[in-house]
Amino acid sequence: MRISTLWYTFKQGFKNIFRNKMFSLATIATIASCIFLFSIFFAIVVNVQYTVKEAESSVAVTVFFDEGVSDERIQAIGEEIRKRPEVANVVFVSADEAWNTFKNDYLGEYADGYEGDNPLEGSENFEIYMNDVSKQHNLVSYLETVDGIREINRSDATANILTNINNVISMVSLGIIGILFAVSLFLISTTVAMGISVRKEEIAIMKLIGATDFVVRSPFVIEGILIGIIGAMLPLIAVYFIYVEAVNYAKTEFNVLNDILKFLSVDEIFSMLIPVALILGVGLGFLGSLITVRRHLKV
Amino acid sequence: MITLQSVSKSYANGVPALNDINLNIEKGEFVFIVGDSGSGKSTLIKLLLRELQPSSGQIFVNNYDLSKLKRRKVAKFRRSIGVVFQDFRLLKDRNVYENVAFAQRVIEVPTRQIKKNVPAMLSLVGLAGKYKAKTRQLSGGEQQRVALARALVNNPPILLADEPTGNLDPRNSWEIMKLLEEINKRGTTVLVVTHNREIVNAMRKRVVTIKKGVIVSDEEKGEYIDED
Repeated sequence: MRISTLWYTFKQGFKNIFRNKMFSLATIATIASCIFLFSIFFAIVVNVQYTVKEAESSVAVTVFFDEGVSDERIQAIGEEIRKRPEVANVVFVSADEAWNTFKNDYLGEYADGYEGDNPLEGSENFEIYMNDVSKQHNLVSYLETVDGIREINRSDATANILTNINNVISMVSLGIIGILFAVSLFLISTTVAMGISVRKEEIAIMKLIGATDFVVRSPFVIEGILIGIIGAMLPLIAVYFIYVEAVNYAKTEFNVLNDILKFLSVDEIFSMLIPVALILGVGLGFLGSLITVRRHLKV
Repeated sequence: MITLQSVSKSYANGVPALNDINLNIEKGEFVFIVGDSGSGKSTLIKLLLRELQPSSGQIFVNNYDLSKLKRRKVAKFRRSIGVVFQDFRLLKDRNVYENVAFAQRVIEVPTRQIKKNVPAMLSLVGLAGKYKAKTRQLSGGEQQRVALARALVNNPPILLADEPTGNLDPRNSWEIMKLLEEINKRGTTVLVVTHNREIVNAMRKRVVTIKKGVIVSDEEKGEYIDED
């Protein structure tokens, strides 16, 4: 294809948007609605997952050692635990650190009488943080078989709640994606049907003049892609401001929950959302225009 | 240039449109195809444009065997034929220049060449001063001239005109017919489907009459024959 033809095709695609203003507006509105719904849902799901992940990362399994176990053995146990796939991090807490934390948290000035003494002698431990709390049971089963471990502390209830939340999020995500998909299909098929009636005559004329399928299709496809980009940009801008406001509102109005609710920054959300929304917009615009033209190419 | 050998066409509902048509049109001829509504004239044009395939028989147009023509070659074939229709079929949202230039763009003529060819063609049809006008701002006669300019800008060896005066008043009809005659004198084979008796009788060209899908008469310097 000549560069002049390519340039002409691009210009025609751009001009097509303004030639059929109502059709273009309807298509942009359709794509923008789909992507707006998707973006809101995306921001909610990603934040809920982030909150759950943060909660998961604070859940630790603590292991204490048999009396008289050597430092070398403790180190070896630590190495073995670190190799487990479900383990994110292992922190060694010495008896002194355990006592200091306990003093600070619970005794305060009353700890003065214990100067030079450590009532928690022998309480050195590993705090094991996991990347998937649903595997806590597997880890505990393994730890029970490790030689040198005296006691394992864990919270089954917390792990179960978090696992259940994760499962519910997955199910709800799937359900909402299904509904969004159905709504999008309905809206897009309506827009495509409208596009067909707008394009029918024009495509027939082009074909009778001797335009190849490629030449007929190209401006419409470029038009579809441009409309897709506009249809993606508009909801992205709207969601950006809505997100910033919503997070500020939640943080000020529900500050009691600040320790539980964790929000990703708007930059973090949009670094994921912009490419996804643009791909969706361009994809919908591209496919919609392709289907519209395809039906009329056999003239 | 155009040859139809035992061509028949029936539609899916079984209605026969053309029956055993044999026709030969030489290079440089001017031929009227006449007949009343439903006689099969439009079907003939659609067959010649490869919009339809015959139920039986063979069609040769400008050295293309249309029965063997693959779908992807149809576009190239159509570029060898200029075509004008009763309803003009212009791109309504583009101006006169763009409508004519479009025929050149689809065959990838360089822009510099298009800028020379289109004004020359618009001069030929008498619309040089209206190249910027939107087609919906033009009269019927002017729209048909644009369609004619578009059909001719690529210098096709054949021009098919399907009822080119059907939507025009007598004065505009005559002007279009004079243009077609002029184009024919320049060497283009012209095939005009019409039921305009006055024009056919006045121009004294070859007249092929179709009645109920059958050629009933084919005469040099012929006249319009009434259905009854």
